[in-house]
Amino acid sequence: MRNIWTIAKREYKIYFSSPLAYIVMLIILSVIGMIFALNIINLTSNPFGMNQAPDVSVVTGPMAFMLVFSAPALTMRLLADEQRMGTLELMLTAPVRDWELVVGKWFGSFLFVLTMIGITLIFPYLLNSMITPGIDQQLMLSSYLGIILVSAAFLSIGVSISAMFSNQFAAFFLTMGLLVIIWFLIGIPGQILFTGGEFFKYLDMSDRFYNSLNQGIINLSDIVYFLSVTALGLFIGSVAIEMRRWR
Amino acid sequence: MIRVSGLTKDYGTRRAIESLTFEAEQGEILGFLGPNGAGKTTTMRILTGYMPPTEGEATVAGYDVVAESIEVRRRVGYLPETVPLYNDMTVFDYLKFMADLRHLPNGDDRVDETLEMVGLEDRAEGYISNLSKGMRQRVGLGQALLHRPEVLILDEPTIGLDPGQVVDVRNVIREIGKERTVLLSTHILSEAQQLCDRVLIINKGRIVAEDTPANLQASLIGSERVMLRVRGEADDLIDTIRKIRGITNVQPKEDGVLEFQFAPGQDVRAIVARTTIEAGYDLLEMRPIGMSLEDIFLQLTREENVEVEV
Repeated sequence: MRNIWTIAKREYKIYFSSPLAYIVMLIILSVIGMIFALNIINLTSNPFGMNQAPDVSVVTGPMAFMLVFSAPALTMRLLADEQRMGTLELMLTAPVRDWELVVGKWFGSFLFVLTMIGITLIFPYLLNSMITPGIDQQLMLSSYLGIILVSAAFLSIGVSISAMFSNQFAAFFLTMGLLVIIWFLIGIPGQILFTGGEFFKYLDMSDRFYNSLNQGIINLSDIVYFLSVTALGLFIGSVAIEMRRWR
Repeated sequence: MIRVSGLTKDYGTRRAIESLTFEAEQGEILGFLGPNGAGKTTTMRILTGYMPPTEGEATVAGYDVVAESIEVRRRVGYLPETVPLYNDMTVFDYLKFMADLRHLPNGDDRVDETLEMVGLEDRAEGYISNLSKGMRQRVGLGQALLHRPEVLILDEPTIGLDPGQVVDVRNVIREIGKERTVLLSTHILSEAQQLCDRVLIINKGRIVAEDTPANLQASLIGSERVMLRVRGEADDLIDTIRKIRGITNVQPKEDGVLEFQFAPGQDVRAIVARTTIEAGYDLLEMRPIGMSLEDIFLQLTREENVEVEV
């Protein structure tokens, strides 16, 4: 357990000394900020009064979308770099279990994304002060829970793929491909097929987010889904690391 | 401390090491001597718990390297040949990180002590990317020593260092080797001669010789060799000396220099000296030539089926 924290701490610090992480954070926060501002301006400049107050999902919705493309950027180097620099040999001969290494790396990236999500809390705060009687608290809770779960799942997929390559860019593209599939594409067969469509709907991550958590519905099955994907990613990553020993 | 039995490793169809069997005791510095590709790194990687063998067994400090890998790794300090380091960290932070991974109490103090051991106290706050190769090697050595392990496995620890740094590193190894078990690999023969209590010569994945450097030299000298230098040309002298009883071989070297061999026990040097002078030559120098570890090494690794049982 301690090893996981030691490794996570190191990775977290490395993010803050790398330009890439700052750029990712900057872009995500800027885009969310712009969408937020545009939403507010649009609604308040309407001379016929407001139809409906904006809610927290104008923050979390875009953020999930952007994470599909930025999570790969954040995870691509995590294990691929160790392999490339040769330091993986150090980690594999240290008294650290393979899964501790993978989980530690994941946790470091997760903490970074949590930091970014934490910064976005300014938006609900602003929203709350602009709306009477205040924003929908349940929605706020469930949306943010949703984005946290989505991040955990995305990052674990990213870490597991980073473990398979020594080239960061291969890891980046494969991760992004997988995330695009699981977010945008995998639900589509569910709408086309006459039978068996529920299987694809079950796997569709964006459906579970946009149509459930981001609307205030906290379902145990959704939570289990996200935790399972996260666990599966970390498991596959550990197996990938272990397989390096057998080559 | 280290017990290896029948260790074999295949990389796909390529057999890297075959049926290696050897032991290393506490306080012993064991040298792995062999040409590149002989299987030294493979063996070390198995002993450090990096990869499992295809066949055979190995225990380090009493723990099996496959079944109890984590226990082995706790007790081994390893310096890989590539000396991998995190370039984006400072020396101190890196060693502290490794100390934390090993759950060492008083990590900061331990790092400071280790930095002193390898002579890097001044460079503690510098980034690893700014270090010279010799200093990087010392950081790597520091990493291996952090937890004061019972066993040290060093893969080519002095490669690429300048002569001054080589001396420093060897001194550190000698100090450590007094109480701990050190397994080091090298293809620098003088290093094996100077540092190691025992030497294992490996070629093509098999052990071809195993003994102390002194014994290896003694057992492989088939005949005494002596170098003779006279003023001027020595061509005619060769035939004259060849006729002396007891001489097994005479070979010209450079101008005025020749090498003669005689069977051990029959010291014909005095006769050779007298013969040379009586033949009218000025005898300038006569010196015995021992068989260095280099010659042994070359002889053992060039001949296909040579195995020396000692």
